[in-house]
Amino acid sequence: MIKQLTILSGKGGTGKTTITASFAALAEGVVVADCDVDAPDLHILLHPKPIRTVEFRGSKLAAIDQTKCARCGLCRDKCRFNAITGELKVNPFACEGCGVCALVCPTGSIVLQERISGHVYVSKTERGFMVHAMLAPGEANSGKLVALVRQNARVVAEREHASLILVDGAPGIGCPVIASITGADVGMIVTEPSISGIHDLKRALDLLAHFNILPLVCVNMYDINSENTERIMDYCRMMGVEVVGRIPFDPVVTEAMVNAEPVIEYSPSSDVAQQLGRIWKRVYEVVMEKG
Amino acid sequence: MIVSIASGKGGTGKTSVAVNMALSIENIQLLDCDVEEPNDHLFLNPIVDQIEPIYSLVPKVDDELCDRCGECGRFCQYNALYVASDRVLVFPELCHSCGGCLLVCPRKAITEQRHKIGVLKRGSAKGLELVWGELEVGEPMAVPIIREVKKSIGIYENVILDSPPGTSCPVIETISGSDFCILVTEPTPFGLHDLKITVEVLKQMNVPFGVIVNRADIGDRKVHEFCGEKGIPILLEIPFSRRIAELYSIGVPFSEVMPEWKKRFHVVFYEVENLVK
Repeated sequence: MIKQLTILSGKGGTGKTTITASFAALAEGVVVADCDVDAPDLHILLHPKPIRTVEFRGSKLAAIDQTKCARCGLCRDKCRFNAITGELKVNPFACEGCGVCALVCPTGSIVLQERISGHVYVSKTERGFMVHAMLAPGEANSGKLVALVRQNARVVAEREHASLILVDGAPGIGCPVIASITGADVGMIVTEPSISGIHDLKRALDLLAHFNILPLVCVNMYDINSENTERIMDYCRMMGVEVVGRIPFDPVVTEAMVNAEPVIEYSPSSDVAQQLGRIWKRVYEVVMEKG
Repeated sequence: MIVSIASGKGGTGKTSVAVNMALSIENIQLLDCDVEEPNDHLFLNPIVDQIEPIYSLVPKVDDELCDRCGECGRFCQYNALYVASDRVLVFPELCHSCGGCLLVCPRKAITEQRHKIGVLKRGSAKGLELVWGELEVGEPMAVPIIREVKKSIGIYENVILDSPPGTSCPVIETISGSDFCILVTEPTPFGLHDLKITVEVLKQMNVPFGVIVNRADIGDRKVHEFCGEKGIPILLEIPFSRRIAELYSIGVPFSEVMPEWKKRFHVVFYEVENLVK
C-alpha cells in the first residue's frame, strides 16, 4: 500500500515548501508531488528534470462565431458569470465554461472550446521522482490540475515501488487544498506562532477532521513568539493532535533558498536541520504505522 | 479608487500591507477577499454589526417529474449531477450554479435551492469599515463568497481589497475591476518566481500594478533587478525587523506602534493615485 502525506498550512508562507524539500532530501523511496499549482516553488530547491509532459485541458471557454451571431443577446442575459460583454464578446477571465450560452443560442453560433490551461511534468531529481505542474496564468480549475498531479504521482509510485507520496499543498482551505488532501493518510499542518497562524491552523485542522484525515502539527519559527507557541501546544493537546516538532527562526533558511538547496543539505549542522531530521523521523513513523 | 493587494506566494505580507495602508487613509473600506483564511479582522478587532449567511444555488430534482433521461448529467461540465437508474444524485460542492441543468431538463423537473457556503461579516474599527467573507470548512469554492464581499464596494471613496495568495480564480475575482494592484513580495527565489507569474496575470487582465518589497533586506537583489528590467515601480520597501514580526504575531498593525510607517503608507497610496491618473 502506497501511503500519502500532505503538507498543508492554511496560512501561506509558514514554510511548507522549505520543509517538504528537506523531507524529500531525507526520505528514501518517495515520490514528491508539488500540488501548489498556482505558485509552485519546490522545483527551485529540488531541480527536477522533466522526462514527460502532460497537457492539462481543465477548463473550457465559450467561443462566439461572430459571422453567425444574430446579436440577440440571449447568451449575455442567461450567463450567470457576467462573462459575455455588452458587445457580445466572451471575457475569458469570467467564463467558467458551463455551456449555458451555447445551449440558449438560437443560431448555434457558440461552441465550448477546450483550452490548454496548464502542464503536468513527471520529472527526475537527484533523489527520485517528482511530479509538478504549472497552471497557465489566470486559469481556473486548479483543483482539477492538482488531481492530475496526484494521479500521475500515484502511477509513478506504483511503477517505482515507492512506499510514500509526499505532497506539498497550497495555502488556504478551498478547492486546490481539498484536492491535495484527498486520499492522504496523514496531513501535516505547518503553522507559525502568530494570531493569523493560530486562526488558520484551527481552520486547517477542521478541514482535516471534515475529511477524516489524521492530523499532525509542526510549529515553524516557534521562537518569534513563545507565548503563542504555548497556545498552539495547548490547543493541540486539547484536540488530541500530536505536535511533531518546533523549528526555530533562522536566517539560514533564507540563505539555503537563495542557494537553491534544501536547508538540510545547505547547512546540515544547523539547529533547523537537526530539528527537521527529528521531525521527519517521527512523521515517517506515524505515516507508515497508520492503517 | 479601488486598490487590490495581491501576491502569488503566500505569507509575503499582504494582510500587513492591506491593514496598515487602510489605517493610514481616510474614507476607506477594507474588504478581506481571502475568504479561505481571512485574517484582517484579527488585526482590527472590529465591532461586528452584521453577519449574513451566503448561499449558492444548487439543483433540486423532483423525482416524480424526472424520467432519468440523463440530459442534465451530460450537460453539467462540473460532474455535479449523476443520473442513476432510480434517481439523480446532486453533489452541491461541485456545482458552479450556472443554471444550465434547469434549462436543459425537458420535463422541467429541476428547480434550485440554497446551499450554505459561508458567511459575510461587516464591522467597523479604528475609523474604517471592514467587510470579510468566511468560506465554510469543506466547501471548495471561494469565488461566490468573494463576489458577495465585493458587492459592498461603492459607499466609500477608497477601497482596499486584500486578495488570497496564488494566481487562480479567487485571485482573478478579487483583482478584476481594481484601478491598481499592489503586489507584495519578498526578495527570495520563491518570492521572485511567484511574482513573475502574478505579473503575467496582471498584464493579461490589463490592471496597472506596482510592487512592495517586504523583508527587503533578506535574500538577494533579484526581485529589485527584475522590477528594474521590466519597469515595474517599487512603491515601498519594508525591512525585516524582529519587532515588526513580533507585533504581527500578536495582531498589532505595526504602523500603530511605529507611526512613521503611517506616513509612508499614506504616501504610497497617493503615489498610486497619481499612477492611476
